[in-house]
Amino acid sequence: MSNTKLNKSIDDIDPLLFDFASYDESRAERAGYSNYSYWQSTFQVFLKNKVAAALLILIIVLVTYTVLQPYLPNQKSPTKIYNNPVTGIQLRNHAPDKEFLFGTNSIGQDLWSRIWSGTRTSLEIGMLVGIWQGLIGITVGCLWGYVRKLDGIITEIYNVLDNIPNTIIMVLLAYILRPSIFTLVFAMCITNWLSMARFVRNQIIIIRDREYNLASRCLGTPIGRIITKNLLPYLVSVIMLQLALAIPMAIGAEVFLTYIGLGLPLNTPSLGNLINEGRVIMMSPSLRYQLIFPAVVLSVITISFYVIGNTFADASDPRNHV
Amino acid sequence: MLIAYISGLCDDLIVFYKDKWGWQQLLKYSLKRLVKSMVTLFIVISVVFLFMRLMPEEGYFGQGYEKLDLVQREAILTNLGLRDPWFVQLGHFYKDLFHGDLGTSITYRPKVAVAEIIESKIFYSLYFGLAALVIALIAGISMGILMARSKNKFWDKLGNGYIVFISAVPAAVYYLFLQLYVTDIFNLPILFNKSNPVSFILPALSMALGPTAGYAMWMRRYMVDELNKDYIKLARAKGLSNKVIMRKHVLRNAFVPMAQYLPASILYTLVGSIYIESLYSIPGTGGLLVDTIQRQDNPIVQALVLIYASVGIISLFLGDMLMASFDPRINLDKQGGIR
Repeated sequence: MSNTKLNKSIDDIDPLLFDFASYDESRAERAGYSNYSYWQSTFQVFLKNKVAAALLILIIVLVTYTVLQPYLPNQKSPTKIYNNPVTGIQLRNHAPDKEFLFGTNSIGQDLWSRIWSGTRTSLEIGMLVGIWQGLIGITVGCLWGYVRKLDGIITEIYNVLDNIPNTIIMVLLAYILRPSIFTLVFAMCITNWLSMARFVRNQIIIIRDREYNLASRCLGTPIGRIITKNLLPYLVSVIMLQLALAIPMAIGAEVFLTYIGLGLPLNTPSLGNLINEGRVIMMSPSLRYQLIFPAVVLSVITISFYVIGNTFADASDPRNHV
Repeated sequence: MLIAYISGLCDDLIVFYKDKWGWQQLLKYSLKRLVKSMVTLFIVISVVFLFMRLMPEEGYFGQGYEKLDLVQREAILTNLGLRDPWFVQLGHFYKDLFHGDLGTSITYRPKVAVAEIIESKIFYSLYFGLAALVIALIAGISMGILMARSKNKFWDKLGNGYIVFISAVPAAVYYLFLQLYVTDIFNLPILFNKSNPVSFILPALSMALGPTAGYAMWMRRYMVDELNKDYIKLARAKGLSNKVIMRKHVLRNAFVPMAQYLPASILYTLVGSIYIESLYSIPGTGGLLVDTIQRQDNPIVQALVLIYASVGIISLFLGDMLMASFDPRINLDKQGGIR
């Protein structure tokens, strides 16, 4: 803008009173810059919940311990049968003491190391189920919700799969395939992804035709990019929740399969196996520790994951970040 | 918690407002869904039927497998129709089913009609399930109301703790401890006994624990949601008492989404509870499915799958109808195809 033009437009005011502001880069930066970071805010909101934060620390300690336990000194083998050094007889149902922190089971195996080994197995199953369920559920859910041509077909498939009782699929698969960690994970994954896919689909249908997606489509953005860049970030909290809940669910399913006699073989300790062993002898009060210890460890783990999952899902929703 | 709540409402969100719908529309809609359900049912049953044929053949002989020679085994298998091609077997099955014949048991109770076996068991599951449902409905809904009223206060937190515990810990674990300690403390019988009515209490109560948590959680959420709406603020501004607002506005509206799950909960009592029935040795249908799959008693498995799948389909349909009749704004025709 030239000064002459200014003089023309403002007749009575002395132009010398006015001055063009100089451009200050640092000030411009300050106005446009916000130190909002998605993940940082998520963790801040998460840590506000004291219970969840405490449980998170507990779980980190527990998981670290279960991973490191076999490498620590003075740990016993979970499958070795211990004998009384004096008489040479198996240490059956040895009550908890300094040597065997949680006692021994009915054939003389150390319950302490069995519990941690079992926790390891169960967590492994839970994580694998969570990851697979997430992968399949999100992929199918996205296609189902976004690609209109597929909607009818996938809906029919969903209706069929959803109406086959879950028990039948798990029992049949566990029965046809020999029980191992892999088959258990497979049996659980084959139906578990359904609820996830349905949920993702419903969410996507809600946000699919918002203006920003419409704009992206008009600009010719390919479907894959719209899904990964526009839609999925919306679903982070949902996905987190499902993944965290998959662990308690998988542990529960494992307990169930073991209960009906289709769990892992006895030489692979798992929380389900241990609880089932404890159930058999629970009627004699002096041996109840064999049921109580695994049950307490299992409850602590499942409850922690449940609470952490729910809190984290709430925290990762940007609407709660103010 | 918020996220899970939204997930529950998603299906309701794809519902549009409408004016009225007459009997013709209702009939047309029901028929359309009936046909669809029949197709689904057909596929489900056929898939399970073919699955069962994948099981190893030794299973069909029970204990006697070792005692029979090859010729005898072949004769038995042919007699059972297991040597026919799979489509012939499937055809026979549907033909019999059409005549109302579910076949006879192979290994579970040999030569006894399947219908008879299921009939002798299903009433136990039904009684226990209904008792548990009534307990859960009363306890859960009052708990949800109490929690919504004292939001973020003591009762709300206590109730939340209960809900978290019940939903996180596998049912088998707390059932075991309940049986172990409650029978001790109150001197109740450990096992179910038909002639002793006291032995009914604990199984029904423990079965109600899970659903109670579910009802309480949803009731609380729907109520809290309803309480934040504008029309409640208006009602308060008009000077209506808290009691009237709760009873006339909040409760009624909060109950509409709950109504959808009511038929499902009633019908699913037929399925029975595996844990409870085996822990208290109740002769119900709960363990029958697992038991018969392991013994490869195909006719019973197929009959049970038929029942379970129909229960699922019918209860969804009834749930939608019930919800539509409670809330005149809901139009079933335009609901999303996923049901």
